[in-house]
Amino acid sequence: MNTAALQPQDVPEQVGHSDAGTGVPHGATDSAGPASRRIIVGYGFWLFLLSDIIMFSAFFATYAVLSGATDGGPTAAQLFDTRNVALETACLLASSFACGMASVAVSERNQMWTQLTLLATGVLGAAFLALEIKEFASLVARGAGPTRSAFLTAFFTLVGCHGLHITAGLLWLGTMMAQFLAKGFRENIRHRFLCFSLFWHALDIIWIAIFSLVYLNGARA
Amino acid sequence: MFGKLTWQAIPFDEPIALGAAALIGLVLCAVLVWVIVKGYVPYLWREWITSVDHKRIGVMYCVLAMIMLLRGFIDALMMRSQQALALHAPGYLPPEHYDQIFSAHGTIMIFFVAMPFVIGLMNFAVPLQLGVRDVAFPTLNSVSFWLTAAGSFLVTLSLVVGEFARTGWLAYPPLSELTYSPGVGVDYYLWALEISGIGTLMAGINMATTILKMRAPGLSYTRMPVFCWTSLASNLLIIAAFPILTAVLSMLLLDRYCGFHFFTNDAGGNPMMFVNLIWAWGHPEVYILILPAFGVFSEVISTFSGKPLFGYRSMVAATMVICILSFMVWLHHFFTMGAGGDVNGVFGIMSMVIAVPTGVKVFNWLFTMYGGRIRFTSAMLWSVGFMVTFVIGGMSGVLLAVPPADFALHNSLFLVAHFHNVIIGGVLFGALAGTAYWFPKAFGFTLDERLGKAAFWFWLVGFYVAFMPLYVLGLMGMTRRMQHYDQPEWRPWLLIAAAGVLLILTGIALQVAQLFVSIRTRNQRRDPTGDPWDGRTLEWTTASPPPVFNFAIYPDVTGAEPYSGMKERALESMQPAQEPKYEAIAIPRNTPTGFVTAFFAVVTGFAMIWHIWWLVTIGLIGAYATFVAFAWRDVGETEIPAEEVARIDRATREVRAAALRRTHARQHEQGQSA
Repeated sequence: MNTAALQPQDVPEQVGHSDAGTGVPHGATDSAGPASRRIIVGYGFWLFLLSDIIMFSAFFATYAVLSGATDGGPTAAQLFDTRNVALETACLLASSFACGMASVAVSERNQMWTQLTLLATGVLGAAFLALEIKEFASLVARGAGPTRSAFLTAFFTLVGCHGLHITAGLLWLGTMMAQFLAKGFRENIRHRFLCFSLFWHALDIIWIAIFSLVYLNGARA
Repeated sequence: MFGKLTWQAIPFDEPIALGAAALIGLVLCAVLVWVIVKGYVPYLWREWITSVDHKRIGVMYCVLAMIMLLRGFIDALMMRSQQALALHAPGYLPPEHYDQIFSAHGTIMIFFVAMPFVIGLMNFAVPLQLGVRDVAFPTLNSVSFWLTAAGSFLVTLSLVVGEFARTGWLAYPPLSELTYSPGVGVDYYLWALEISGIGTLMAGINMATTILKMRAPGLSYTRMPVFCWTSLASNLLIIAAFPILTAVLSMLLLDRYCGFHFFTNDAGGNPMMFVNLIWAWGHPEVYILILPAFGVFSEVISTFSGKPLFGYRSMVAATMVICILSFMVWLHHFFTMGAGGDVNGVFGIMSMVIAVPTGVKVFNWLFTMYGGRIRFTSAMLWSVGFMVTFVIGGMSGVLLAVPPADFALHNSLFLVAHFHNVIIGGVLFGALAGTAYWFPKAFGFTLDERLGKAAFWFWLVGFYVAFMPLYVLGLMGMTRRMQHYDQPEWRPWLLIAAAGVLLILTGIALQVAQLFVSIRTRNQRRDPTGDPWDGRTLEWTTASPPPVFNFAIYPDVTGAEPYSGMKERALESMQPAQEPKYEAIAIPRNTPTGFVTAFFAVVTGFAMIWHIWWLVTIGLIGAYATFVAFAWRDVGETEIPAEEVARIDRATREVRAAALRRTHARQHEQGQSA
């Protein structure tokens, strides 16, 4: 057994392998071991958001394919009310801003401001949702419901999926507020809030894509 | 009150289905009664059902896969026997039942056998190979598993209550639309896959985070075992592909439940969009399955050849290239759609290109064996059997990647032979090699090798006898999914294929016997050292079965194959590594969250399938309540005191030291005789 004397590069099958490790604990090495809990939680949630964005991209692609399939029914240009959409967008962006303020309040451990800013986040989110439901209801009332044509099917599903995410976010938000009240600014609860704010801002990004690709594009055509 | 659910849902008019349902019900009841009478319930609840330990969850994934393999295999037996009988004859399975069987067979084998098997192996082995104490999100891990189990429960339930889809395993519309499939079969399919798909997505996020953010000190990317690399690639693919599955199945659900027009023939719907979307998930899916198997083979071949893996870096590069290319070939599943010569040409060439990194891997495995001191254990036999079988399957795949050839072979038994060739010869052999390899790590005793090897030979020969005739039949023009036929010249080949399935059945019986015998004789086959194969990576440094915290102290890694280095050094210096300073270890507390979530998922899914809307509401409220209850938990971890850690680790170290002395004495003896 003289191979121990050979350098890895001398042995063909060991090319690409660095020296065999010792496995013996000794101080710090080039990589410091498992990351902190905050990094792991944030990173994992980012991966979830990426997967969520991929799901949305499937709905976007479907919309792109079906947007012309109106089956003789109403088209995007005839249906979209840009004023309502502008209001929705304003609500959602303001909600995101309030959520950013909440992040500041949480990092300051200020219970009152945390609750107030989260409440503002929720109220604005709910206003967005109400406007969306109003829009959907008026479309259905005009005979332009999701069963009318493939275009409307894709439209209602894409926008509705975002609305469903907002609804889930509002439930999460309410739970989050109750947790801050009941448990204070415990570390794991702050981690959860980090995830919530990532989620809420990501929904904004998706809305901006819906706003430009669906509404602006549709109203223009 | 109960939606569409009436007594007619029980298949009284289908004696075979009813018999199967009764049998499964009986077996389940018998197991349940046995567990209750023996008083195992508290143990199972405490140690397994509520466990968030990645090793336990990994084992449960594998057990689920093995049970579902039996179910899926019974379907295979029925199909082969039906086709053996059905020349100019109706056979014994009526068409509507036969259609359910081939749909269930494919669905079960992919989603509830192959997926849980590879996810189980990754769950078990990856954190150990990374030298860490658990996955990134232990409770989420339990939720993922139980959601997968919930999906398989729904599929199994469809046997008893209602029916399963008759649409094939991918439920192409417009056949799967309400117009043509008005029953609950497609709904069972959709809800089972939606629920288990979310579980899989969560598992992928969990594992990718673990690999990217939690590794032992010094375990840089280029020192990670190849199994970790292939697991990383596979889980990245899960994150990128499973959302598409969730989306496309949701669209079909909306079509069926709300009268939407995604894939309908009327109102502008586009059925081909379903086929595109489902394969945008489906092709990455086959790499999600095969990449971890490649990782298992890399570990097994390196260990049993007694050599480091040949071309580690090219192996890693090949893995990541496959990971990317797997997203660029989906259209080869439907060349006949009529996308035109240019599009078909591009996808045909991409499909052939993907064979290149795979070829790199095969050569790396061969060169790893070259010049090695090979031990032909059963794990190694599966690996060698894989290499031969997979190369054949890969070549028939390259043939199918040629669009003109595909026009002739599309939807024929040639295709069926091809994908069984790569999935059985690749994924399943990999899962079985992994089971043989890591079983002693999980349970502290080895499996019976004699029965294991016999099972391998029956599987291997059985596979060739069962599937090579299908290549011939495909070339003769026999299409897939035929309930009966009128071509007498097909008959002999179908009889041979049926004989092959019986050989595989013998292999499976031997595997059951292997498990039974090994468990009965476990006291003679204990492996006290925790390193039965002379392993090279970190999972073998800890005891078998590993303590709940895996490693008493984080191993500090200074190179690839850390355990080989550790052993070499210990042999040179004739003493084990110095005893470290032990510290208390915090481990996550067990929780029933996963089990309860899955319970409500089943309730919601079942209620949706049968249109019992009040029950849907209850299920959803229950799921939310579970989430809040978990979020409200104040203490998430328990602490194992330093003395306890020290006691456990010292016991392991003592055994290791004794083994070291024995090895040294043996080497000394050999040195003198030489």
